[in-house]
Amino acid sequence: MKHQYDVVIVGAGLSGLRAAIELGEGTRVAVLSKVFATRSHSGAAQGGIGAALGNEEEDNWEWHMFDTVKGSDYLGDQDAIEIMTRDAPKIVYELEHMGVPFNRTPEGRIAQRAFGGHTRDFGKAAIKRACFAADRTGRVILDTLWEKCLQRGIHFFNEFQLLSLIISDGWCCGLTAYELATGKIHVFNAKAVLLATGGAGKVFKTTSNAMASTGDGMAIAFRAGAPLEDMEFIQFHPTGIYKLGILISEAARGEGGILRNSAGERFMERYAPTIKDLAPRDMVSRCILKEVRAGRGIDGKDYVHLDLTHLGTEVIGEKLVEIIEFAQTYLGVDARKEPIPVQPTCHYMMGGIAADVDGRVVLDDDNTPFPGLYAAGECACVSVHGANRLGCNSLLDTLVFGRRSGIEMRRFIDANRFGDIPDGLENLEAAKIRALMEKDGTEKLGPIQQEMQTVMMNSVSVFRHKQGLEEALKTIRVLKERFHDIGVHDKGCCFNRELLDVLELQHMLDLAEVMTLGALHREESRGAHSREDFPDRDDRRFLAHTMASYQEQTRPRLFTKPVNITRFEPKERKY
Amino acid sequence: MRATFVIFRFDPAIDKRPRYQEYAIDVESTDKILDCLNRIRWELDPTLVYRASCSHGICGSDAMVINGHVGLACQKLVRDYKTANNFVIEPLPLFTVIKDLIVDMNPFFEKHRYVRPYLTSDEETPEKERVQSAAEQKVIEPALRCILCACCTSSCPISRANPNYLGPAALLRAFRYINDSRDTVTASRLAQLDNDDGAWGCKTMWWCTDVCPKGIPVTKCIGQIKRAIKLQEKHA
Repeated sequence: MKHQYDVVIVGAGLSGLRAAIELGEGTRVAVLSKVFATRSHSGAAQGGIGAALGNEEEDNWEWHMFDTVKGSDYLGDQDAIEIMTRDAPKIVYELEHMGVPFNRTPEGRIAQRAFGGHTRDFGKAAIKRACFAADRTGRVILDTLWEKCLQRGIHFFNEFQLLSLIISDGWCCGLTAYELATGKIHVFNAKAVLLATGGAGKVFKTTSNAMASTGDGMAIAFRAGAPLEDMEFIQFHPTGIYKLGILISEAARGEGGILRNSAGERFMERYAPTIKDLAPRDMVSRCILKEVRAGRGIDGKDYVHLDLTHLGTEVIGEKLVEIIEFAQTYLGVDARKEPIPVQPTCHYMMGGIAADVDGRVVLDDDNTPFPGLYAAGECACVSVHGANRLGCNSLLDTLVFGRRSGIEMRRFIDANRFGDIPDGLENLEAAKIRALMEKDGTEKLGPIQQEMQTVMMNSVSVFRHKQGLEEALKTIRVLKERFHDIGVHDKGCCFNRELLDVLELQHMLDLAEVMTLGALHREESRGAHSREDFPDRDDRRFLAHTMASYQEQTRPRLFTKPVNITRFEPKERKY
Repeated sequence: MRATFVIFRFDPAIDKRPRYQEYAIDVESTDKILDCLNRIRWELDPTLVYRASCSHGICGSDAMVINGHVGLACQKLVRDYKTANNFVIEPLPLFTVIKDLIVDMNPFFEKHRYVRPYLTSDEETPEKERVQSAAEQKVIEPALRCILCACCTSSCPISRANPNYLGPAALLRAFRYINDSRDTVTASRLAQLDNDDGAWGCKTMWWCTDVCPKGIPVTKCIGQIKRAIKLQEKHA
């Protein structure tokens, strides 16, 4: 089936929906999502969205900018961070106007709370900057934006899997997609395509991410010629529920929760004397694992306690409702009376498809645009998070750059014609799918996926070293070979979940290789990338973005892109 | 522990009518039902399908019937069931089955859309946020927990009897906007629900409240819509 839209957006999370709304009436917009729109993983965001509203205490965007730059370990592009932090209050007010039900201060303004790495006066003390709706901030923003899109009559293609981008003479002029319910191939002709496909946490064994977070957009853009940037920077959130990886929001510490080791000690006081438990996530995750390595994990195991028992029923009942339920449901732990067992869990990709501040996908270190192709949200790397993202900056990123992509695409579609779609694409894609389904493979999907997740967890997570990374790379390359022998047992065309799993695994293997290559290349420790064999930051060699581009028949090619530094010169990062 | 899962299967391309297939796997008492389904799919039968994504009860994808009770497969653990090693898994009732545990949710979302689920205000938009007191915000709080999983609507006896009835989920969304102090079209929202396919369809049977995986007092919220309608008529 063929379709034509001015803009096709892939992904119905916050960045995709925000862009769709910005494109507005008069533009023909389609939103594709591999899950039903409201199931998008933005909905799992708990804690809040950062903006210097100053509703609770004095604040300004420059402090927010400084915190973000410092949090990024000086790898974030400062022009982009300035745009994001300056736009932040406006973005939050717009959400409120659309109907987002934020919690309120006694004066009836949007309430704010403390979050990791957010400070007043360039690092002096923690500040209340996160605007929130209990601990379901992402969920209510997602619902509000989706409902706004319904009002606008935006056309949704739910349960459509992106297969490929259509590139003609170096321009992106559409995409092909697979309809899950029927197995039909759809060809979308578009003047502009926005990838808003989210993260890839499923590359790792323990993750807070949804089953759908398999990095499809990143991998497909990569194979279509768009470079991936800073893929070695992967955030491990310090407080995932022990063994399960389910997120316990940083808001728990923002509201006063404390991490304790087996001795009951508030160990973060030793590592970050100024802001303690509200240190940035990369640091807290490392500190937890250091405590575990020193034998101070609970019962000698690989977890610590998150103590909320002193917070009182008002805070817990009104601001941390969901996480209390998670602890009860999955652990049988009443967090009002006993601590929650936590350990780091793979949470967020700082890296992604290289994009500029207007959402344009870029091809090289000069930021040459890839015409017609855009990326926003977690699948993109603008880069506002650099080597480590601060909590409550991801919702902000999705909305600021979703909106800006919308504005830029609007300009682009007014100035350009539809590109020509080559004939026979539908058949070509259908033949590829058929070939996958008809193969009597000797390999099974499950073991390959598990092996990838295990090796990435063991060797490419919080702490890394050369030998482990080299072994991981070797394993991933073997898995990529074995992948070719996977067979699909389900031969049906109605909701063939197995086929989708195979497509997703291919994407994840591509990304795992690029992550590991980047981590090997970067012989320093910066932000979330911590090399035990290179424990210090090395600005002389590595104050630069790692770019990886796909090469047909050979290994990905790595090159670098300079970091944009405007206001804040790199300094040692202490909290 | 060894457990048996008897699962509803239906593939429109092959099956004339639904059938039940039995699988045996090793489970831990702390496993989620979703973990068990995933293991069956990965280890025993990749053709089994169901919807799932976030795996911790926030995206609303994996509502199904587990041992006769509607719930989220990712929120229910093996130990939550007395018959801990015998499970019967079936698709949500009320909706048409597409394949296995996947049902057609379109009618559900059409009703959602019908209640105009977006803030509507004829007041001028301020530069900053609109002022709303914490107390006003708290009124709609229960409804904000809704994840659109359809557990309530699929369990509702009235929804089963009257296909035109909006059902608890859509009414709950209406409640959310009726009671939002920032929304100014309350009267027309109430008028829209003043009939037997709307709020008066509810016969207070509490099934929706019983099954809600987010603990929302759905029936009470619908009751408040009814009271608001009465109050509006009185003042008219």
